[in-house]
Amino acid sequence: MAKRRQRVLITGIAGQLAGQLAARLEADDSIEYIAGLDLHEPSHDLTRTEFVRADLRNPLVARIIDSTRVDTVVHLSLTAVPSSAGGRSRMKELNVIGTMQLLAAAQKAPKLHKVVVKSTTAVYGSNYADPALFREDVAPGGAPRSGYSKDAVEVENYARAFGRRREDVVLTILRFANFIGPTVDSPLTGYLGLPVVPRVLGYDPRLQLCHQDDGVEVLYRSVTGSHPGIYNVAGPGIIYLSQAIRMAGKPTVPVALPFVQGLAGTLRRSGRVDFSPDQLQFLLYGRVGDISRLRRSYGYEPRFSTRAGFENFLASGRITPLVEQETVRGWERSLHQLLTRRPASKSKVTT
Amino acid sequence: MTQPHHAEIIDLDHARRRNAVGVSTRPRCSAEIAPGQACRNYAGHSGLCRVHEPEPADHTAAHPAGGDSQPLVTPDGDDEASFDEAIAAALAFLRRRLTGDYDVDLYGFDRELTEQVLLPLARPLYQRYWRLRTVGMEHVPADSGALIVANHAGTLPFDAIMTKVALLDEHPAHRHLRELAADLALRVPIVGPLARKTGNTLAHEDDAQRLLTSGELVGVWPEGFKGIGKPYRDRYKLQRFGRGGFVSVALRSQVPIIPVAIIGAEEIYPMLANVRFLARLFGVPYFPITAQFPLLGPLGLMPLPSKWVIDFGEPIDTTEYGTEAADDPMLVFELTDRVRDTIQQMLYRNLMGRRSIFF
Repeated sequence: MAKRRQRVLITGIAGQLAGQLAARLEADDSIEYIAGLDLHEPSHDLTRTEFVRADLRNPLVARIIDSTRVDTVVHLSLTAVPSSAGGRSRMKELNVIGTMQLLAAAQKAPKLHKVVVKSTTAVYGSNYADPALFREDVAPGGAPRSGYSKDAVEVENYARAFGRRREDVVLTILRFANFIGPTVDSPLTGYLGLPVVPRVLGYDPRLQLCHQDDGVEVLYRSVTGSHPGIYNVAGPGIIYLSQAIRMAGKPTVPVALPFVQGLAGTLRRSGRVDFSPDQLQFLLYGRVGDISRLRRSYGYEPRFSTRAGFENFLASGRITPLVEQETVRGWERSLHQLLTRRPASKSKVTT
Repeated sequence: MTQPHHAEIIDLDHARRRNAVGVSTRPRCSAEIAPGQACRNYAGHSGLCRVHEPEPADHTAAHPAGGDSQPLVTPDGDDEASFDEAIAAALAFLRRRLTGDYDVDLYGFDRELTEQVLLPLARPLYQRYWRLRTVGMEHVPADSGALIVANHAGTLPFDAIMTKVALLDEHPAHRHLRELAADLALRVPIVGPLARKTGNTLAHEDDAQRLLTSGELVGVWPEGFKGIGKPYRDRYKLQRFGRGGFVSVALRSQVPIIPVAIIGAEEIYPMLANVRFLARLFGVPYFPITAQFPLLGPLGLMPLPSKWVIDFGEPIDTTEYGTEAADDPMLVFELTDRVRDTIQQMLYRNLMGRRSIFF
């Protein structure tokens, strides 16, 4: 193939996902050049990637796009966690104003022909009156009005406006479900790592997770292929939160709804779990995206189902269970022996 | 003197009755619904109507799922090995539940929990308390999608639960019914997650269509809160059938609509009044005063032991109209009315054949 080799710019290179993507792209010969942009050093050991320390909100970004002569921009610097960004207002600045600046610069770059934007299924909100599966084109009932999900909605709006103005550019918006995997560090993993996991009394949300490897693979295919449009990205299937806690072998405590906000505030201040108030609704109803469009357009079946992805995360041993799965198997065996040894107990058990 | 010709004035009702009763030679059902009062339904092959036809002799064998799902019950004279197996199965089940080792589908349906724990709780109500009898189970397909449409009543949705048990236990293919629930039901703590785990999902066009095209049996009660919260004096009078959304979904997914009449559910909590201001206070669509609640206190939550019949009617084919018919509001209205009329007729037919509310 006499195709021109691609030059890629990745924003938010310090992030896990961006680092893995850069490593994956480095191994690909059809990628000529990779630049990584962030305020912090990349967490991954990258060889070929040129690290550019810059703030997205700075108009300098336009010059970077120009001077590196990139034709593909992968925008991954969307932060979900206020504490890592240094407060909610700074997080909003980085997310929304950063995206604005980047896309404004991208609009003026004639060589650019592909933009991939990371978004989240959080744009659907989380509401009891929502369908079980969100399609990409369905308007959700309870559109998010605050926090991270609102940032994501605004980022998507800017991206779509950009797409309308530059119709020659292939624009891919990827709505990822909550990431999971051995090296993922998110509010969800922190929450499940608590010694006792609090749950909202009477609610059991359905969780849909995206394994980090699948996330990287879909991003990689978005960079190398051509998939214009919006896609939900997640593993097939769901697990219940209660099921996830049981799989993790954690004890749980139900908390009545009126006390949940207070508890979340305490946990946030203690620095253990950064669950922003807007995400609490997620603990009531959860959310699940329909991934059939991803399957159709990418021809890709995620390697990890939600459950397999979560098991993979647990296998990394980052969560210490109170009760090991093996212990439960041990109980099962000894109970079985106990019950089958004495026929006198037969009538008690069978009724 | 000749009598001038008068036009013969015939009472419309009289003429109709004469046509209907006098001319028809179809035999009537020979059963009695009360001493000296014959059943007015047409008879089938056995000389009895569908309501009075004797139940199949192997009625107890008609609950195979009940036997299957309870491996703990060991028949008399069984050897130790099968007892051991039962113990092992029960313990393995407990272990799986404790360690989260089970699968749920995208809508949150937890098959294992439903079959092993929740439906066995409803089965005594089904078999002993309301002594359910099903008619026309052969109309429900064994392996393809179909939309079950039924009347809704009884203050609490026991009719939905019983229909679910009926299809799992008495259908030869032991089918799980996936009910479409009101968003309000999914919002209520504890009830909402339980509803999802037993196979309910939101009454949303997307959900319904996806389930139907994947070959599931979907149940809908289009009267909604108007039906389930209607006063006792309006029993068996079908309310408005929503806006016909269920018909357009069936048309789009090209599955048959199966009209179902549920007899008995309308008498379990005879609702005498609806306290509007309490309903508003709690944010619910109705706050019932029933014959037993709140007069009898907690005991008033006990439903009355009416005798139930679930009559599955002949499927209404939707393939003849094509998928584009879903966008034709006139046709959708017509079909909605047809389904509603069919269920109303089925209700009347079964009511006429009924001896009493309780037997």
